[in-house]
Amino acid sequence: MITLGDYLIVSGILFAIGFAGVMVRRNLIIILMSLELMLNAANLSLVAFSRFRVGPDGLPNYNAQVFVFFVITVAAAEVAVGLAILVALFRIRQTTSVRDISSLKF
Amino acid sequence: MNLMFPWLVLLAPLVSAAAITLFTLRWKTLSSAISIAAVLVSFICSCLIFAHGTVAAAEFTWIGINGVFRVPLGLTLDPLSRTMAVLVSGIGALIHIYSLGYMRDDEGKSRYFAALSLFMFAMLGIVFANNFVMLFIFWELVGFTSYVLIGHWFYRDAAADAANKAFITTRIGDFGFMIGILMVWMATGSIVFAEIAPRMSTLAGHPLFLTTVALLIFCGAVGKSAQFPLHVWLPDAMEGPTPVSALIHAATMVAAGVYMLVRVAFVIQGSPTALLVVAWIGTITAVMAALIATQQDDIKRILAYSTLSQLGYMVMAVGLASNDAAVFHLFTHAFFKALLFLGAGSVIVMLHHEQNIWNMGGLSRKLPITFASFLVGALALIGCPPFSGFFSKDAILALAYERNTAIFTVALLTAFLTAFYVIRMLVIVFFGNARSDIARESHESPPVMTVPLIVLALFATLGGFAFFARSFLTLPVERKVAIFVPALAIAALIAGSGLAIALYRNRASEPVDLELLRHKFYFDEVYSSLIHWTQELLAHVSAFVDRWIIDVGVIGGSSRGAWGIGALLRLVQVGNLQAYVFLFGLGGVAIIYFAVFRF
Repeated sequence: MITLGDYLIVSGILFAIGFAGVMVRRNLIIILMSLELMLNAANLSLVAFSRFRVGPDGLPNYNAQVFVFFVITVAAAEVAVGLAILVALFRIRQTTSVRDISSLKF
Repeated sequence: MNLMFPWLVLLAPLVSAAAITLFTLRWKTLSSAISIAAVLVSFICSCLIFAHGTVAAAEFTWIGINGVFRVPLGLTLDPLSRTMAVLVSGIGALIHIYSLGYMRDDEGKSRYFAALSLFMFAMLGIVFANNFVMLFIFWELVGFTSYVLIGHWFYRDAAADAANKAFITTRIGDFGFMIGILMVWMATGSIVFAEIAPRMSTLAGHPLFLTTVALLIFCGAVGKSAQFPLHVWLPDAMEGPTPVSALIHAATMVAAGVYMLVRVAFVIQGSPTALLVVAWIGTITAVMAALIATQQDDIKRILAYSTLSQLGYMVMAVGLASNDAAVFHLFTHAFFKALLFLGAGSVIVMLHHEQNIWNMGGLSRKLPITFASFLVGALALIGCPPFSGFFSKDAILALAYERNTAIFTVALLTAFLTAFYVIRMLVIVFFGNARSDIARESHESPPVMTVPLIVLALFATLGGFAFFARSFLTLPVERKVAIFVPALAIAALIAGSGLAIALYRNRASEPVDLELLRHKFYFDEVYSSLIHWTQELLAHVSAFVDRWIIDVGVIGGSSRGAWGIGALLRLVQVGNLQAYVFLFGLGGVAIIYFAVFRF
């Protein structure tokens, strides 16, 4: 029997992997991918909460699932913007490494 | 009698002042005629009111806030105010007529008469006011019109300065007066004299409060009646035209302070401490002014200091809790001092505005009428029997003898000094040889000036006799103090006059030179350096605050603070994305930790 806790553990692991990716990797594309991973970890826990919180009428709580759709939409928009910035940056700097992007540093 | 009738006394001069200012400034003769007509209307109405013993007048409510605060416009008509009204408008009328002669050729004659009318309005307002607010308004109006009159010859710096000095100095006292009025209102909930008087007994348990109120109200009188230490404006006010000096110094402005003290005596008499202070301030003023007068050379200044000294007597009487004696002296003093000033004015005009007594001399033959009336005034002033001053001064001396021996001694000394400086002036001005060409060529004044002198001389002679004064005043009750007091007073008088005659007979210049007295105890110097140093100190303090606290502290501090915080914060901007994320993650963990596990 798979419980809510199992889902949350998976979600947590996914989030941690995503966060570690953002923190450790230098390639901007990978960082964006890791960000997506973190968002999906959140989505997973939302869906899990929805499925395991059944109301008195026998139906799951759909609010969380609706919320997930919003997150997916926003994530898509974010990736579009993020990749556009990345392409523009690559055209100017010929690089996707965050090491080289530090012109706002004091 | 019509209820509006008493208001006529008050309104006639106001209408005259308004008419002159608005319409007739160009026609000088018409202006003076309007002004004189107005003051005569006032005088006749006052006499009618006095004769009928009118007690009722129409009353209006000016400000009324649901019984919390009410300022009526009403008239007090009691024996005191009826007498004062006759006195003020009578002497005012004589001075108006005399001004016709004195200001004959003056450019600003219309302006002068307008101000004179407004002054009469204000002074009669003080006399008739039935509440503190009205009294205070007229009080300030007297201050303002005296400012205008003293500064009549405003193109002379001395006159303009004297006007400013008079206004500002009296304002200092008025400030205390105003606080006193507010405190009375706070304590009793009323500003109407007749309502306050019965409520004063509720304050009997608060002697400190009563003393403070009494002294604050006394402050107003100190300013207006030129008592020590605010006496400095009065001698300088001599820069105004002489009729103005006579008006201000005789029956009106300076008497207003004493009149006010008598009017609100129920406040002051509630506190023995305040009474003692009032008495001593009066005594100090009396002796100090008399001392200064002995060394002055300007005929008007000598008279000014004698006014101060006599006002000191009146305030002393108020302080010794005898209003009757104070009013009696106020009454007689009004006549003889107006007489002396007008006499001095007559001398001054005939000598082409020469005021130094050492340039006069031998005038008794040139100006016989002026001399005779001046002599009457002088004898009344020094308290020579049977002239009016003798009776009123004797009443005050007897009172002092009975209540306070120290004050009596000083008062007696003042009487001696008074005799000394008055006879000194008389000897130098009217006897001996003429000491200048103008004095040799002078002649008697025109009748428009001498007639008021004669009338006043008559009153100065009669004023003190009981049969005459009793019809106007409640005379102070003469107690049995034996013949001792008048005998001492007359001895002081003879000693003072004798000394003056011996010293000054046939002298061409001042034989005694006392720097301290000549410089009026250096009051002006002390005050001006006091003001100077206060200003310097204030300027330094504000410069320090501006330069160091505002400029360096507030402005410089905030800019430097912003710089410093900025410099600290930019150290955080390391430009490493991973580091930011790491810190962000730590922050998130910390928030979750505190949110979930700590609370």
